[in-house]
Amino acid sequence: MRIERDIIYIILAFIVLMVVVPWTAGQLSDQIFFNWPFFFEVAIGGLLSGVMYSLIALGFVLIFKASGVFNFSQGAIVLFAALTLVGLHGLGLPMWLAIVATMGVMFLLAVSIERLVLSKLVNQEPIILFMATIGIAYFLDGFGQTLWGSEVKVLNLGISEAPGFYFDGLILINDFDLFAAGIAAVMVVGLAIFFQYTRIGRALRAVADDHQAALSVGIPLKHIWIIVWTVAGLVGLVAGIMWGSKMGVQFALSLIALKALPVLILGGFTSVPGAIIGGLIIGAGEKLAEVFLAPMIGGGIEEWFAYMLALAFLVFRPQGLFGEKIIERV
Amino acid sequence: MIYREAGVYKSTYREDHAILTIPQDRWAMIGIFAIAFLLIPAVGSEYWLGAIMLPFLILALAALGLNILTGYAGQLSLGTGGFMATGAFSAYKLATSFPDMHILLVILGAGLITAAVGILFGIPSLRIKGFYLAVATLASQFFLIWMFDKFGWFTNYSASGVISAPPMTIFGDVFVTGPEASLVAKYMFTLSVVVLLALVAKNLVRSNIGREWMAVRDMDIAAEIIGIPMLNTKLKAFAVSSFFCGVAGALWAFLYTGSVEPLAFDVNRSFQVLFMIIIGGLGSIMGAFLGAAFIVLLPILLNNLPSLLGLNIKTDMISHIEYMIFGALIVFFLIVEPHGLARLWSLLKEKLRLWPFPH
Repeated sequence: MRIERDIIYIILAFIVLMVVVPWTAGQLSDQIFFNWPFFFEVAIGGLLSGVMYSLIALGFVLIFKASGVFNFSQGAIVLFAALTLVGLHGLGLPMWLAIVATMGVMFLLAVSIERLVLSKLVNQEPIILFMATIGIAYFLDGFGQTLWGSEVKVLNLGISEAPGFYFDGLILINDFDLFAAGIAAVMVVGLAIFFQYTRIGRALRAVADDHQAALSVGIPLKHIWIIVWTVAGLVGLVAGIMWGSKMGVQFALSLIALKALPVLILGGFTSVPGAIIGGLIIGAGEKLAEVFLAPMIGGGIEEWFAYMLALAFLVFRPQGLFGEKIIERV
Repeated sequence: MIYREAGVYKSTYREDHAILTIPQDRWAMIGIFAIAFLLIPAVGSEYWLGAIMLPFLILALAALGLNILTGYAGQLSLGTGGFMATGAFSAYKLATSFPDMHILLVILGAGLITAAVGILFGIPSLRIKGFYLAVATLASQFFLIWMFDKFGWFTNYSASGVISAPPMTIFGDVFVTGPEASLVAKYMFTLSVVVLLALVAKNLVRSNIGREWMAVRDMDIAAEIIGIPMLNTKLKAFAVSSFFCGVAGALWAFLYTGSVEPLAFDVNRSFQVLFMIIIGGLGSIMGAFLGAAFIVLLPILLNNLPSLLGLNIKTDMISHIEYMIFGALIVFFLIVEPHGLARLWSLLKEKLRLWPFPH
């Protein structure tokens, strides 16, 4: 019943976003060149860049689900992971070894965050934990750049950035974006399997459902938190590799986290599929609006459109598309 | 023994309703006012007045505004920068459209316009709560900044996008804005506005409306059940909070920087003000000032520390290390005292009540 309604919501949202808005915009303004291939090109480009937002939003969702912490430092983790990877690679390690070493660093980071910050703030209000993660974000931004320097670094994966033509040369798609989408898909499937079929995954779901009940059946909360922050760090590493090779490893990576926030509230804080669908909607909506709507109202609307879109969604569904229904009792 | 309520007899309702009931508190407050109004303008150097006291006072005012919304009414907001920008730009439009308008009226008008904008962006708070609301308020932040940046009407079609505040006077001939204004005049004007508004805030939060806000903060459903109108109360909080932020923005642009630019009010400003109220103490007027002092002074201290210690570090390295120390200190403060500096202050007062005989 609920799922059916959700699906209807999503389909409606897609129709509005992808068809009605750009079509009316195309009809209304004369200077815009509107044809379907171009429209689909923009939409697919948007969907693919939305996948990149989802990569970052995933890290948020994992931590929020397992510990109820609104983790603002995910962007800083992405930057830190990418900086460490490039830095280690620059020291002469081969790429695969650098990736493994960075994974180790992410694990150490998770342990120290749990030991030094979270365990000291047990039972505090959510806003205090949120502030603590902002503190962590500042620290990591400074720490990463102190260690590895702040100049823009190149991360080359050997994938061509050149656009390829698909569908008889009608639609132009960036190969790299396709690759990133593939990686994201693999990662989501991997996470889903991890959550559904492994012992640790089951423990994680139990903790997400109810901390106290999980504790009482003997699930060690501390270890769970370390695992979850490590997984978020690994997701951050993947996001860092993707974003880093797209736009260079630099401080701006840390700010992309802000772009992941509307994805997050659109999809719901507690849902992994929500992060993906939210990313797709935001990515496509943002690009379509920028191309078809922006010329009418002055351009450059990309920076706030995602937030307005998410806000409009929230008014109808305050918990996001897939978030758990908020039930309040007095 | 000396500092306590016992022995203070109140014979009128007026005395009973006083903000500070203990005589020592009153003396301390008079002392603080004397230092702020007489001593600092007399001895403060140009650097102290212009680069430390002015931003401290103005940001304290913005923190006061956010504290009303977040600390008292419980609505988490990340749109402070956007509202400050609204105040700055509406003050600029008012001052240039009506050149004869008195500066107090300009600032009041800027506050009222910002309050209206705040009500508009506060409407979703009826459905959206908690962190969802925090992210939703980012919409107002980015949208407002974009709007001021994009439409030439707000900057009177200035080519550069950065515009300077017109010179304005108070008492007929004392310049408080523009290049001719002295720092002392600016400081005194800002201080008066801030003190006045802090008094208003203090009285608001201990009145009927403040109690309604706190009831909504503690549990909004329960508050609704005992008959507090939800829409009304939340929108009032948004209006009052945005009024304060708007005035702070107008003061920032007109008196502190002297120029109106959207960049000064980006999302980092919102986070900065949020830091202030959390470090200072949520739901405390005093906390807004303590937090503002901490956040304004800390970077200045960190900046000067290496040269004081005689260390020679590259400047970009210093800024990175500053980030690290700033982040670490925030985490440290939250662990040591999650309820902020204001809580430390009240603990100190508790101790003082027993001093010097703790038993």
